[in-house]
Order: sequence, then structure tokens, then C-alpha cells
Amino acid sequence: MIKKASLVIIGGGIIGCSIAYNLAKMGCKNIVLLEKNSLASGATGRCGAGIRQQFGTEMNCILARESIKIFENLSQELDYDIELNQGGYLMLAYTEKEVSQFKKNVALEQSLDIDARFITVEEAKEIVPPLNTEGLLAATFCPTDGHANPFNTNFAYAEAAQRLGVKIYNFTEARGIKTENNRIVSVSTDKGEVQTPIVINAAGGYSGEIGKMVGVDLPVYSQRHQILITEPVDPLFRPMLMSFSRNFYCQQTPHGSIIMGFGDPGEPKDYDIGSSWQFAREMAQKMIAVVPLLKEVSMVRQWSGLYNMSPDSQPIVGEHPQVKGFYMAVGFSGHGFMLAPVVSLLMAELILKGQTSIPIDKLDIGRFDRGELIIEPSVV
Amino acid sequence: MKDETIICRCEDVTWGEIRQALEKGYTTLDEIKRITRAGMGRCQGTTCRRIILREIAKFCHKGIEEITIPTFRPPTKPIKLGTLAGDKDD
Repeated sequence: MIKKASLVIIGGGIIGCSIAYNLAKMGCKNIVLLEKNSLASGATGRCGAGIRQQFGTEMNCILARESIKIFENLSQELDYDIELNQGGYLMLAYTEKEVSQFKKNVALEQSLDIDARFITVEEAKEIVPPLNTEGLLAATFCPTDGHANPFNTNFAYAEAAQRLGVKIYNFTEARGIKTENNRIVSVSTDKGEVQTPIVINAAGGYSGEIGKMVGVDLPVYSQRHQILITEPVDPLFRPMLMSFSRNFYCQQTPHGSIIMGFGDPGEPKDYDIGSSWQFAREMAQKMIAVVPLLKEVSMVRQWSGLYNMSPDSQPIVGEHPQVKGFYMAVGFSGHGFMLAPVVSLLMAELILKGQTSIPIDKLDIGRFDRGELIIEPSVV
Repeated sequence: MKDETIICRCEDVTWGEIRQALEKGYTTLDEIKRITRAGMGRCQGTTCRRIILREIAKFCHKGIEEITIPTFRPPTKPIKLGTLAGDKDD
């Protein structure tokens, strides 16, 4: 194993690999990426892979809007088909509270040049003909939202990074991080030690453990989110269907299979990534109520992955104020895949230039001490 | 084996695609599954898993017992969402 690097990234998911790529593209040499398992084996390879711009905070709207712009050219840029499918997101409002929140969200989104609109139940039915509109009060739709293949996107970034000289070590686990006078000195792994002045924590569900290695307590926790997929069937509907009050998301991929999930509010904060039949049953009940003909479609697989939650459901991005050279891109709260293209670019700018083309200073870890949380109201 | 031989019948994955993944350095079943979709179809790898394991072992000059197998995910057989939901008609 290499003995010295200019920078070590911990985590071979979409966040780590896209940061590696953007740093290398900007000319940074001698980058090492450590992945304890194989690429996309954690949250990225387990995610629903939706990409939406319909959020309730200006920060998430801007980041997602810029991310979509990058996604739109990413297959070409990375020379790998990421299977981007912009079928839109249809957000369904079932309560008056949701209706008023969605009106606020759409006003915010439109002020930021996002092409979302507030629509009637009839319009929702036109967009998704098999939709059961019972109980539905209104909806919002953004046609440029969509979905990409998370494996392809992850490998696309990784292979492009490798072509630019990044060294990726699979099956190599970071075991400890050495600091001196509050500066990063080296990372020890099960394959040897690498000297480096900079570590980037991109460990997703395990980012809190990496924080402990430099003696800091990151305000993040991990939580299992279960998901299931059906056999491929003929095209039924294009957009991602999402509801916060009924708690689900569901989309047919270009491949034909239908992927669906929900977040269990009673889920303990730990590292469990098992699957339960209770989830499969409740998921099936939820979606059949919304799209009744799904009852004829068979589930072929279920699994789960970890959301890395932050206190305000927004990522923590930047250098840790107490440990020089310790950068974090953590706490994405279920939105890591969709935000990765832009956040990785900004992270590379922050490290190499000391400033970013879109202001992200408010995403620093210090916001929790200052009480300046940017609470995202629209999370499944 | 010919490149056009189909290894994963559910997802139409050919030996050529699997060979290319191996040559790129993806030598675990988990990686090959994620890159090619082999084993992710209706039968969940019941047919192709053993063939791919054998080819990985051959490619890496290892015994088949040394190759890590991926997590088996439920259900064992495809099940209709209607049945799962407790639909009385099923």
C-alpha cells in the first residue's frame, strides 16, 4: 500500500468517489480512497436513487437544481451511461397542512427557477393514469426531477477518478486517524498506514465512527431504511410518486422494475441493515391503495440501507473547526445520491481554492452550536 | 465459452459482459451483480450464481469455496404485492 498521499478519502460510495473525481479533475495529485468493502456496497448501492428539486429549504433547492444540471451531462462527462431518466416527481398532498406546505415549497422553488408547479387532482391523474385519487387533495409536479442508476453513477465516478490517477483501495478499512496539535497526520488501515495532511470523511452510515477516530463527536446518527423492488413490467407511470403524510416513495425504473420504500419513524438509531416481512406487507398495502393495479405485480427482492441523519436533515459539509485537515461530507439524511454531483464539486473547490462557487458555509458543523439549523420539512 | 452466451437469463447478461467486468478488476459476485445486473432478476441468481462463482474462481486462480457469496435477500420466490398485503382474492 502507498505510504504517502496528499489526501485520503474514507468511503467508496457516491460521495467519496465523486469528491475524488472532482479533486483529480481540478488537478489534485496523489489522492487515495479507502473503501472497507467494495464500491457502492453501502448506502449508495442500496438507495432509491431518486433525484428531486422539490424541497422546502432554499439550500436544498439550490443544491438539487445545480445537481440536476450536472446529472444531465454526467453520462457524457464520465463516459458511462448512468441511465438518467427525468420522468418528474409527483408529490401527493393528502392533508390540508401538506397543501399549505406544498404551496410554500412551490413558491420557493419557482423563485429559484425550478420548474415545479402546484397541480389539481385531475392533472395528477393525467400524469399518472393508474393513480387512485381517493383522499388526494392536490399535488406538485416537477418534470425535470427523476432517477438514475446508483451503481452505474457510483462506478462511473470511480472509474473516471481512476483514469485521472486516483488510487482506490477496495476491501481496505480505515482503523484509526493520527493527529498532532489538532492536525491530521496519517490514517492507519488493515493494509498499512498512509501519511496525509487531509482526510475526507465520506463514510455515509459510518461517518460517526470516523469522527470518533479524530476524537470528535459528530451530531449524526444512522437509521435503517427498508426498500423493495418488483419484477420488471410494462411501463405503468413515469414519475416518482411521493407522499410525506402517507410516508412512501415509489418509482418505475427504465428497466421496468418498480422500486418503493418508506421510513419507519420507530426505527432504532443503529447499524441494522436487515429486512423484515412487516415492512414488505405494509409497503404493499400502502402502494396498492395508491396504485391498485400494483397488486398483480410481484416483489422479487427487499433489502435496506442506512440513512445518515443530521439534526436538521441537511448535510454537514466542510472542515471541522477543531481538527485541521479533517473535512466532512456527512449527514445527507437520505439525499446523498441526488446531491453528490454538486456537493462533491463544491467540496473540491473548498479544499483546493478555499472558497466555493455556491455558498455552503451555512452547512458547516458549527451551525448546531450556533442554533442556526436549516430544518428541511420535506423528508421521507 | 462464447461472449454471446447468456449467463443470467432473467436479465439477459452475457458472458462477454461478465468477462469484461472481471478484466476491469471487479472480481466479487457483489460487484459483478451491481455492474451487470446478473442475479438481480426474477430468479434472484438461482441459475447464474454458481456459474459466475465458478468463473470468478477460475479467473482469480482460487478455489470456488474461497469466493465470497453475496447476501441472500428475501423473498425466496417472487410474491405478488396483493398476496403480501393480505388481499382476500389471492
